[in-house]
Amino acid sequence: MDDTARRASVLPGRTQEHMLVNAERERDRRGLDDVFIVDCDSHLYETNSFPEIVRRVRNRNIRRPLETMSAEYIQGFMIPQSIGDRSVGGRLPISQMQHVIDASDMHPIAATTLHSMDSMGIDYTILFPTPMLNLGLTPQIEIEIELGHAFNSWLLDDVLPCSDRLLTMPYLPLGDPDACMQYIEDFAGRAGVVGFMITAVRYEPFHRNQYMKVFAALNERSMPIAFHSGPNWFDRPFTILGRFLGVHALGFPFYAMTHLTNVVLSGLPERFPNIKWIYMEAGEAWVPFCIARLDNEYKQRSAEAPLLQRLPSEYIRDMYFTTQPFEEHENSAHTRAMIDIMNGTQSLLYASDYPHPDFDTPAIIWDQRCLDEREKRAILGDNARALFDLPGRVAVPGGSPARAS
Amino acid sequence: MKPAEQEATAAKEEYMVGPVDDVPERDGLLVDVAGETEVGIFKVDGTLYAYENRCVHQGGPVCAGVLLGKTEQHLDAGGRVLSEDLDDSRLRLVCPWHGWEYDITTGRVAHDARYRLRPVELTVRDGYLYVVV
Ligand code: FES
Repeated sequence: MDDTARRASVLPGRTQEHMLVNAERERDRRGLDDVFIVDCDSHLYETNSFPEIVRRVRNRNIRRPLETMSAEYIQGFMIPQSIGDRSVGGRLPISQMQHVIDASDMHPIAATTLHSMDSMGIDYTILFPTPMLNLGLTPQIEIEIELGHAFNSWLLDDVLPCSDRLLTMPYLPLGDPDACMQYIEDFAGRAGVVGFMITAVRYEPFHRNQYMKVFAALNERSMPIAFHSGPNWFDRPFTILGRFLGVHALGFPFYAMTHLTNVVLSGLPERFPNIKWIYMEAGEAWVPFCIARLDNEYKQRSAEAPLLQRLPSEYIRDMYFTTQPFEEHENSAHTRAMIDIMNGTQSLLYASDYPHPDFDTPAIIWDQRCLDEREKRAILGDNARALFDLPGRVAVPGGSPARAS
Repeated sequence: MKPAEQEATAAKEEYMVGPVDDVPERDGLLVDVAGETEVGIFKVDGTLYAYENRCVHQGGPVCAGVLLGKTEQHLDAGGRVLSEDLDDSRLRLVCPWHGWEYDITTGRVAHDARYRLRPVELTVRDGYLYVVV
């Protein structure tokens, strides 16, 4: 053994913190700390926080049994689950991605989120739940209303106040328009609220009259609505698929397409012009398809969409789409064409989806050869800054989790 | 897809990792070199391979991923699937960020051999392993 040799140190096994070391390196290679970045769709794993959340359930007869249940029981039996192996047969370290940082000075969820934001150079993030993205599938509407309200209250009272960099779009229980009205009343004015979120894997025909008061209330407040997508292997068209790859590939855009089509053809943008419509976690490759398909159909059947004053494509180009998973074409000219068709330099909003296993770091946008720097900055943060009326950048280089001033 | 940019190396230095026998067979070690580069060192059938810990996809910590055989489906003459299994003679390194798979012996991306991990030179002397960067 050569005692004078320089030493390489053997690193311990994987941890989420170690996984993010590479994100820090990629951030620094590109100088992303100098770029204003808004992550328009990131997630928390609320499972471990269910005891805190259920304490906030207002209805005693619903709260009491929930308080007797373990977090795993609530997640497994009270909230419908989206099946499908996210770990690709154990290849992806899902449990490591759910690791929560201990913090003495703030809620662990806030500390964990701020750590990942700093690692990627993100200034603001819009936080969404994970298991509760399927809450809209419960047949027990009172459970949806109570758990959704409790989750929103917990996030706004306990997590978001830790930092001005943490934002959210509260969950809306679309199945009950009266409850939606109460939610809007309770949460619209809260600090950190930049809109409302509807889980896209749900089946209400929201073009019907009973839902109009919900859209009217949001229109009055100029509140954006985000349809947050997901897969549902149990849904009939997907039951013919034998592998989650296909369900994952088609499920997210499928529900986004369905809701976008309903919004456009029922003339909601004409009725409620102050609402900004956002489609999340469905990528963007489907948008040029919808543009061509709906325009073609509309020209032949415009009598079925009498409220429209313009082609469907013109409404769609006024909408917003989060980037993740960014579906880059092999030929960058094709990526550029996709972006141009959908007015993407103005309508795309960067999203990481972190810590879900198909997350994108900001490098995915920064490295696009088909975009100039102004366009990259627009997609990474400037479009979101304008849409959500956010102040300038606040990221703390070096990763301090302190509350931004 | 685009490969992460490759950085030119200046004068090379040796860094000692430890006894070469510490590298587990059909598994690997992740080492930090001078706080600047992370290197994954793997041993398969007695042969050592080393790569920079930077995935060509989005720069993820590929060398912290699992080593698994390539998944194979076996068909009968009629095109029916008879079985599905891992081919342990063709080990793949799987990036833990998004699951891109690499041939461990070449460092090439399994779905597109134009792209590969940056190989790192190794030296063994007196039973001790060194990375050369
Ligand atoms: S960074 Fe390795 S698979 Fe994406």
